[in-house]
Amino acid sequence: MAAAGGGRLRRAVSALLLRSPRLPVRELSAPARLYHKKVVDHYENPRNVGSLDKTSKNVGTGLVGAPACGDVMKLQIQVDEEGKIVDARFKTFGCGSAIASSSLATEWVKGKTVEEALTIKNTDIAKELCLPPVKLHCSMLAEDAIKAALADYKLKQEPKKGEAEKK
Amino acid sequence: MLLRTAWRRVAAAVPVAPGPKSDAPTRGLRLRVVDHSPQSAVPSDTATAPQAESMLRPLYMDVQATTPLDPRVLDAMLPYLVNYYGNPHSRTHAYGWESEAAMEHARQQVASLIGADPREIIFTSGATESNNIAIKELEAAIQPDTSLVSVMTVNNEIGVKQPIAEIGRICSSRKVYFHTDAAQAVGKIPLDVNDMKIDLMSISGHKIYGPKGVGAIYIRRRPRVRVEALQSGGGQERGMRSGTVPTPLVVGLGAACEVAQQEMEYDHKWISKLAERLTQKIMKSLPDVVMNGDPEHHYPGCINLSFAYVEGESLLMALKDVALSSGSACTSASLEPSYVLRAIGTDEDLAHSSIRFGIGRFTTEEEVDYTVEKCIHHVKRLREMSPLWEMVQDGIDLKSIKWTQH
Repeated sequence: MAAAGGGRLRRAVSALLLRSPRLPVRELSAPARLYHKKVVDHYENPRNVGSLDKTSKNVGTGLVGAPACGDVMKLQIQVDEEGKIVDARFKTFGCGSAIASSSLATEWVKGKTVEEALTIKNTDIAKELCLPPVKLHCSMLAEDAIKAALADYKLKQEPKKGEAEKK
Repeated sequence: MLLRTAWRRVAAAVPVAPGPKSDAPTRGLRLRVVDHSPQSAVPSDTATAPQAESMLRPLYMDVQATTPLDPRVLDAMLPYLVNYYGNPHSRTHAYGWESEAAMEHARQQVASLIGADPREIIFTSGATESNNIAIKELEAAIQPDTSLVSVMTVNNEIGVKQPIAEIGRICSSRKVYFHTDAAQAVGKIPLDVNDMKIDLMSISGHKIYGPKGVGAIYIRRRPRVRVEALQSGGGQERGMRSGTVPTPLVVGLGAACEVAQQEMEYDHKWISKLAERLTQKIMKSLPDVVMNGDPEHHYPGCINLSFAYVEGESLLMALKDVALSSGSACTSASLEPSYVLRAIGTDEDLAHSSIRFGIGRFTTEEEVDYTVEKCIHHVKRLREMSPLWEMVQDGIDLKSIKWTQH
């Protein structure tokens, strides 16, 4: 133990002398290292995970993806009388990037009107989360989820009787 | 002042001694320490002040990918890395003679593990090269209708053991060459090339607690199996694999094989016990968990579990302080899930939900318990975030839903 302590002391002193800015901490196992900390943050500190009442007229539900593809996102929006999105929830079956993309999508749609929410692009989501090229499809699916939720909401506003809500 | 600053840095760097807060196990054999390697000193916005719990390296539960060096192997190798550095093919001086003696001793150690004659062992750079040599034999066959059967002994993804002895018997009766890639099996399950009628076998060093960069191919002499060399040169290794044999590496491989032979029974008992512990605890606490692979013909150290309604890579991200692997598409460069899982008929969504737990000689009970605890916690958490789990809880049959294709 003394030898180990002495080794650490030696390393610390040499780090100091070499003027490294701080003792670098190795990031943990490989998948985490490939993720930007923003992606990990969406899993560790989740916001907007959950469900809204999908039978409500003010709630639009978008369900996109397929289990066979390894990516399923459910995104729900609650819209008030003026057409502004006041609440959003998501649930995702997918990798860390998919979870983060859908989580970010719910954060961004809140406070926007239905028209403004349509302008959210997958490229913006990917840029914000620093997604690598192999994960860009996750941001595309999140954009699809937003559009599907908005489309479902619009469908519900149309005065059609017995319109089955989009599952 | 220098000393005081240095001491402060040391105090910040040293992980908090195991107390009530830190539940992560530390192993006696390999200390988990902060890595001070200079290449990671990239000033990026991801580097924050080191927190106490993120200071340790992850637990290693990925022995199918590679194994740590057994200390006994390192002990055997060290003299050949430092002092006895002669080329084993040098015939004219003591340096060469002592290296050659070490090489032949290692050859004997590898041979005795699989019941072969030392003259039937050729050293290579690894099981991949051995596989290539064995397959190339097909082109070098004397009779045009000679064929080759090549089967993996123990699968690296799901741990299934193939019925090698039966396959060997069939091949031998049909006069067909039989090659097996035993990288995951050598030193872990009993193998005998004569009992199992194996003609060619690939061996990998770093899968059995030996060094990386070395392996061997077993090539039967009676009846003679002819192979064609992949690389030509000075004619070393009976002309089948030219190139100077790396003495320290082969000494390591030999030592690893000898240690494996001694420890095989004990390792098997230990690993089986830990594997049982892991699967029982997980299956007891979580519903909808499927073990992939035949439960009877199975090597216990490779456990592949599918956690329904949770995607594999998200679970790996969540289990960030355990080193694991997954059969999920996201972790491979392509978006295809594991071909092995597909081949055994696993549903595609379960193929995306699989994690491989590797238990080896140095895995401790504490590590297994910690991994199990974290796994259960995060699977529950991810299921709360999963729309599929929600639908199943509501009684919806997932197979009845028309998913959007993309």
